[in-house]
Amino acid sequence: MATKNYAGATVNVNEEGYFTDPSQWNKEIAIEIAKEEGIELTDQHFKVLELLRQKNDTGEALSIRGINKSGVIDVKTFYELFPGAPLKKATKIAGIPKPASCV
Amino acid sequence: MSDNKHPIKKVNIICAKGNIEDIYAALVMGNGAVMEGIEANLFFTFFGMEGIVKKWMKKPHTAVIGNPGMRMPVLGSRMPTFLGIIPGLESLVSGMMRKQMDDLDVPPIDEFLDLYTAGGGKVYACKLAMDMFKLKEEDLTDHVSGILTVGEFYEIAGGEGSQIIFT
Repeated sequence: MATKNYAGATVNVNEEGYFTDPSQWNKEIAIEIAKEEGIELTDQHFKVLELLRQKNDTGEALSIRGINKSGVIDVKTFYELFPGAPLKKATKIAGIPKPASCV
Repeated sequence: MSDNKHPIKKVNIICAKGNIEDIYAALVMGNGAVMEGIEANLFFTFFGMEGIVKKWMKKPHTAVIGNPGMRMPVLGSRMPTFLGIIPGLESLVSGMMRKQMDDLDVPPIDEFLDLYTAGGGKVYACKLAMDMFKLKEEDLTDHVSGILTVGEFYEIAGGEGSQIIFT
């Protein structure tokens, strides 16, 4: 298993850089991963990250539709906050596994 | 896993058939592209117009006759063709299929197009199909950003790393 150093901590990641242990995550680490992805995190970003982590904890499959229905953020803003591949980028920064969803 | 030297940068998906599964194949692939940061154009033509005409898109149907892939619920065996002629069966089967998709968090067409266009995906209607079915621009859902001739479609489909997909 690969490891990476973020904000002075060593974390376990898979070959694509996704956390294998979400409990190793914290906000300082998120800020550093986001920088790698070219994103400066704001409060709104953190709201989304917390939503994703919460859904991951409860075992809910992550989908764009689920995020839209959450009431935390609409899809358009989600795409703006994490430009390019929003769900992939956001889960990576949130320290949770890559979503296995087609929708 | 992927060929990083030649990534797909744009997909241009043509939806020419109007069964539930045809429309959803186009929507899933288009939305999937947008989710990956790939530019996407969906081009609806002929029976595919079912997916973008306001009055038609609410309850898409699947074929219960001439569809060998159609199996009986629970039994799992192929559905005999003669059952397909029972009045209302097509609506019933189509309704069941829509329900199954909803359970899997696959949204109805109009909501799917909301998600897709929110991510920057574009939807186009075919000029020839519009004329054939005597449709006007106001008959189409607001997600449609233009009515194109085939030549115009090829123009928007151009570019390096661009693919045309006919579903």
